[in-house]
Amino acid sequence: MTKKLIVDHVHIEPMEIQETGEYNLEGLFIRLAYAIDSIGATRVVLDTMQTLLGRLSNPAIIRAELKRLFIWLKQKGVTSIITAETGKDSITRSGIEEYVTDCVLILDHRIVDQLSTRRIRIAKYRGSSHATNEYPFLINVDGIISVLPLSSLSLDHIAYEERIPSGIDELDEMLGGAGYYRGSSILISGTAGCGKSSIAAHFVDATCRRGEKCLVFLFEESPSQVLRNMRSIGLDLEQWVSNGNLKLLANRPTRYGLEKHLVQTIHEIEEHHPDVVVFDPISSFWRDDQSLEIEAMLARIVDYLKTKGITAMLLNLNSEGEYMEHTNSNVSSVIDTWLLLRNIEQNGQKNRNLYIVKSRGMSHSNKVREFKITNDGIQLSDVERV
Amino acid sequence: MKSKEWIADGNNYSLRLYVAGMSTLSVEAITNIKRICEEELEGRYELEVIDLYQRPSLAADEQIIAVPTLIRKLPLPLRHIIGDLSNKERVLVGLDLRKKKEEKVE
Repeated sequence: MTKKLIVDHVHIEPMEIQETGEYNLEGLFIRLAYAIDSIGATRVVLDTMQTLLGRLSNPAIIRAELKRLFIWLKQKGVTSIITAETGKDSITRSGIEEYVTDCVLILDHRIVDQLSTRRIRIAKYRGSSHATNEYPFLINVDGIISVLPLSSLSLDHIAYEERIPSGIDELDEMLGGAGYYRGSSILISGTAGCGKSSIAAHFVDATCRRGEKCLVFLFEESPSQVLRNMRSIGLDLEQWVSNGNLKLLANRPTRYGLEKHLVQTIHEIEEHHPDVVVFDPISSFWRDDQSLEIEAMLARIVDYLKTKGITAMLLNLNSEGEYMEHTNSNVSSVIDTWLLLRNIEQNGQKNRNLYIVKSRGMSHSNKVREFKITNDGIQLSDVERV
Repeated sequence: MKSKEWIADGNNYSLRLYVAGMSTLSVEAITNIKRICEEELEGRYELEVIDLYQRPSLAADEQIIAVPTLIRKLPLPLRHIIGDLSNKERVLVGLDLRKKKEEKVE
C-alpha cells in the first residue's frame, strides 16, 4: 500500500539552541520538499507556527522566511493549512496573516454559562465572496465538525404546491380547503393546556398514516407521557412508533448549549429522514438573556428544514397574560402558517378556540372557531360562538 | 575531517555541520568551524560537513530547521548550534567549551 500520510514532528529544543550568526530556515524547506515529494503530497498542514516563532529568537529572519515559505508552498502547488495563535490586536500574535494570500479562518472558544461554544469566522477569502459572520460549530464525539448550515440563509427554498392534511378535517377546510403546504413551517401557539400538543398529534397521526415519517422533539414531556395523553383522545401513535414511521426524542433544553441542540437536531434529522418534524415546545428554550441567539437558532432550524423540503411544526407556549399574538418576531417571520389557540372563560366554563393568524400562499378562514378535545380527538364546532 | 590523533574517548568531539548547498552562509560556517576546531579542539575532534541538498532525508532525522546547523554528537548530550558560527563565543558556549558569562568563576 502506498504511503499517503507523513506526520513529521518538528522538534525545537530551546535548551539546545545557540544562535551564532546569520542563518535561514532552508532546512525546513528541504525537509518539507523531501516529505512532499516522497509521497506526492497535495496537501500540507503546519501545526502550529507558534512553536517555530517562539523558539527561534531572530524575528526579522523568521518573518522573512515565513513570507518565503508561503510563496514556496504555493509554487510547490500544494494546498497548505497553517495554524497560529490569535493575538490581542491582530489576527495572529505574530502577524503572519499578512503573508497569507488566500484564506484566513478565525476560531474562537468561549464559555458562556458553563457551556462551551466554539465559533468560526472567515476573515479573508481571496477570489470569492464569503459569509462574514461568526458561526457556531461543534466537534462531535466522532470527531466530525458540524457548522451551522450556511446554504440555508439564502431564502432560496422551493415552494411546494402539494398540500398535506392536518389530521383534522375542519381545520383543513379552514386552511384553504386542503391543509398545510408540504415543506412549510407551521407555528401553533397558545397558553398552557390549550391543546397545542393535541393538534400536533393529529398532524403526526395523519403523516404516519400516509406512510410518511415523522420526528418529534419533546422538550417538556417524555415519549411515554405523550403517547399516553394522545391515546386518551383517541389517537394511537404507538402503532407508528412500532412500525418505524414515528420517532419521539426527548431532551431538556438545559442539557446542552444551543449550538449543540441545533447540531443534535440536524444529526437526528439526517439519520431518520423524516417528512415532518415537530418541536414541542420551542418555548422551553426561551431565556431573556439569550433571546437573540435563540431566535437565530430557531430561524436556522426552520430554514434548514425548508431547504430539505421537510414540513416543520413548532409549538410555542405563551405565558398567561402575554399578548397573544406576541411571538418573537424573528421566529414568526420564518413561519408560513400560524395557528393561535386560546382558552376563554365564558359563563363559568372554559371554551377552547383557535384561529389562523396567517397562512401564506392560501386563502384561509379568518373565523375564530371553537373546538373541543374529546375521546375521539379534536372536534371543531360549526359556528363561531359570540 | 579528523584531527591527527583522534581517539574515541569521553573528551573527543564528534561534530556534524549541516548546510544547504554551497552558499555564502555555508562557506562562512565551514570556514568558521574549521578554525574553531583547530584553535580549541586540536587533536580531539572529528568534523563532517553534510549538504542537505544531497541528503535531504537527514533534515527530518536530525531535526534540522535552520541552516547552517552544527550538531555536537559527542560528547553527549546532543547540542544544536545554528547560524554561520561567526560568533565564536556563542559557539564555544554551545559546545560546552566555555562557561556562560554568568557562570564564570572570577
